[in-house]
Amino acid sequence: MADAGALSPETVMRQMKQNGVTDVVWLPDSETNWLFLLMRADPDLRLVGVTREGHACSIAAGLFAGGRKPMMLIQNTGMMESGDSIRGWLMGLKVPIVLMVGYRGYTRHGVNSDTAATYTERFLMAFGIPFYLVENDGDADRIAIAFKEAEALQGPVVVLVGDEYHGFNR
Amino acid sequence: MMHTADLLKVFAQHRGDAIVISGRGGRHWIEISDTTLDIPLGDPAMGGHSGFGLGLALAQPGKRVILFDSEGDILMSMGQLATIAEQAPANFYHFILDNEVYATTGGQPVPNAKHVDYAMIARGAGYPRAFNFADLDAFSAALPGILQAPGPVFVALKVWPEVENTPIGQRVRWRKRGADKVVRDLRGALRVG
Repeated sequence: MADAGALSPETVMRQMKQNGVTDVVWLPDSETNWLFLLMRADPDLRLVGVTREGHACSIAAGLFAGGRKPMMLIQNTGMMESGDSIRGWLMGLKVPIVLMVGYRGYTRHGVNSDTAATYTERFLMAFGIPFYLVENDGDADRIAIAFKEAEALQGPVVVLVGDEYHGFNR
Repeated sequence: MMHTADLLKVFAQHRGDAIVISGRGGRHWIEISDTTLDIPLGDPAMGGHSGFGLGLALAQPGKRVILFDSEGDILMSMGQLATIAEQAPANFYHFILDNEVYATTGGQPVPNAKHVDYAMIARGAGYPRAFNFADLDAFSAALPGILQAPGPVFVALKVWPEVENTPIGQRVRWRKRGADKVVRDLRGALRVG
């Protein structure tokens, strides 16, 4: 269990369930293994593992077209690599979806040595995709806000999981 | 080699009530059928059709989902084959139209165009059944059996290229509905949206 100042996987899982997520299309990153174990133990949640983050966009679009409520769980590096798939499959098809994005390199202090963090928010602003930062359990309501906004906009909304410095995985 | 229009006419006889993602065969399929269960998306982002087909098949296990993908899309997203095989939707029928070129950009050959065995790749990724056809009579004879057995199945079809080389802005738009409307229409037909 994470300490009180961290973002616990149980909190993320609770938000997913409360917001009706049926399927998680995902690719592992360094911070989400404990969440993976929780998700795998839930018989009502389908996990679809991909080999490249952009693939998750079209899978999620197909799930939505067929009546499911998917969520994507990827890392910021993969999000940036997925730009055209986000544009074409999520924004173009107007898929209301939350992307939980691991914020690799985020230090909270604005000073980092990882360009994955440097370009993450710039990427989202360039695409005009709304985003919310969650750093600990106290920020959990922002996840619910993201789900509501995705429905209102009929498009993708990103939740940046900025808890690497705490160790979300533990 | 087959003509895409000819093989789609053969397929139409066996379509039943399946959802058809017309993919790279879209401009011909729309002349055959354009109902709410026909999904002409154009090309939202290359390489993604197989993922869309997988997602739709998983969401609607009671409906057969047919996809006409391409070899260029497969080459761009080969890892999708492993994901599809792992999920193994029994209602997913994955056809590819292999014309050996990037037809919409002027007909440049795809890498190693004449020597890639896509059915073998699909089988290696875990598809339980995979086929190659280059002849319309052989395809016509085998198709009913392919569609009667459970998926996921992969069917590679050698087709003649239909090369376009006019600037994109000058091309005649063949789709009658935008891609987002196609999705909304489908959700309405499925009573999920």
